[in-house]
Amino acid sequence: MVNTGVVLAGIQLDNPVIPASGTFGYGKEFKEYYDINVLGTFSFKGTTLAPRFGNPTPRVAECTAGMLNAVGLQNPGVEHVISHELPLLKTFFHKPVMSNVSGFSLDEYKETAAMLDTQEQIGWHEINVSCPNVHGGGMAFGTSCENAAAVVKAVKAVCKKPVFIKLSPNVTDIVSIAKACEDAGADGLSLINTLLGMRISLKTKKPILANLMGGLSGPAVFPVALRMVYQVSKAVRIPVIGMGGVQSAEDVLEMMLAGATAVQVGAANLVNPYTCKEIIEALPQTMETYGITDLQSIIGGAWK
Amino acid sequence: MAYTITENVMIAKSTWRMVLSGDTGKLSRPGQFVQLKVPGFYLRRPISVCDFDNSSLTLIYKVIGQGTQAMAQMRAGETADLLPGLGNGYTVAPCQPLLIGGGCGIPPLYKLCKVLIAQGMKPQVVLGFNSKDEVFLEDEFRAIGAAVTATTVDGTYGKPGYAPQAAESLAFDYVYTCGPDAMLKAVYRLCETRGIGGQFSLEERMACGFGACMGCTIQTNAGAKRVCADGPVFTKEELPW
Repeated sequence: MVNTGVVLAGIQLDNPVIPASGTFGYGKEFKEYYDINVLGTFSFKGTTLAPRFGNPTPRVAECTAGMLNAVGLQNPGVEHVISHELPLLKTFFHKPVMSNVSGFSLDEYKETAAMLDTQEQIGWHEINVSCPNVHGGGMAFGTSCENAAAVVKAVKAVCKKPVFIKLSPNVTDIVSIAKACEDAGADGLSLINTLLGMRISLKTKKPILANLMGGLSGPAVFPVALRMVYQVSKAVRIPVIGMGGVQSAEDVLEMMLAGATAVQVGAANLVNPYTCKEIIEALPQTMETYGITDLQSIIGGAWK
Repeated sequence: MAYTITENVMIAKSTWRMVLSGDTGKLSRPGQFVQLKVPGFYLRRPISVCDFDNSSLTLIYKVIGQGTQAMAQMRAGETADLLPGLGNGYTVAPCQPLLIGGGCGIPPLYKLCKVLIAQGMKPQVVLGFNSKDEVFLEDEFRAIGAAVTATTVDGTYGKPGYAPQAAESLAFDYVYTCGPDAMLKAVYRLCETRGIGGQFSLEERMACGFGACMGCTIQTNAGAKRVCADGPVFTKEELPW
């Protein structure tokens, strides 16, 4: 018997597999495919204070081993999430869920996070300072140490639950931003968000995405994500949730060896809705194959 | 879910028919679509269902890019991975229906036509093509008893011009349509002129196809809607045209 359990900021997870925000909605689309209680938890759709329509279409494009998206944080707004999505989620998901919060000002981050912090279903907050697809917010907060630290302080001041900061890879030195978040009081870090990319249509000779640029995800980004998780987790003392192109139990183990305490799965859910269930089912056998009995024990195993 | 390809053949210029056998239990209405995994491509391809029965389904698709080119290379006997039964599909109600389709928007109207006829309706069908060498499904629509008018933009076959023009002389009190954006908007104006309703199947670039990624959201009169999960079929009243 192997132990797939991990502890994430004081909360026990049955396994480290967490569908990533923006690829799992508020859970209901996936319950049509499997019982999502097999998950460690999931990070719900990026939520803002006010409802957002997001960007015009086309919002998605494909590339070799991945995809671009420029959805632009479409969501029904935090009040609707609290009044409709969370009560519905409660009927089919019985574990603590991870909130995901975005904003366009410090006040907005603070207000949204404070409202979600009162919800008993929420176990952790993931604060997105790295959305590449919105203007005047999102990534602007995650690309400087000062701004990222200011978000951490604002949110921590109003939240009792653990706060993870989701970092952008679109920076010169992700480690310095990670450390700034840690120093400002973050309980953990999530990385990486998508890498800014572009595709151009040969038919129209123009960018495919209406937003011109979009975030690259999928297996193409896995080695970049793995490298950043390694660098960041080695440099901080708070837990890191690793993500970026993960699509197999082997990828989960690799992320954990790089230093991730838990692992998110994003784009793969969109290609195969059963991905997380299949990874969780494959995890014990894959651990045995590589002589791992306790998953928690391999975190950061590659540092030495 | 795994399906077996039983046929994959070219039926007109750049137009292919793929027949698959497997569990079709999730297909309940005409106008739904499937997401097909194509070897070598990351995202699935959303393809409307032309016809289905208890154990097989037919897809007709146009080769328009690298993904559909690879689809045309898939062979009978091979296994295909697809998510079936996506989208809402057409809602059938008693009426004197016009079915109007353009190019690769035509296939989902075929199963719809069968259902309408089975319920005792007498559909008028107008099919729009660019040119004679692209004509497909016309004989099949006739064979199930529909009154068919074919049109070609270049006038090489059937009535010359666009499909909505050919519909102007016909008698109907409700419209079901699928096709290029410009055609749908012309059909919308035709409905406005006659003061009748209709159902419009839209197309949008999408990633997941089952409502999770928000990649295909459009603004409608009823708020933001996902073309994949809230559509692809929308009523005329929902469209902000």
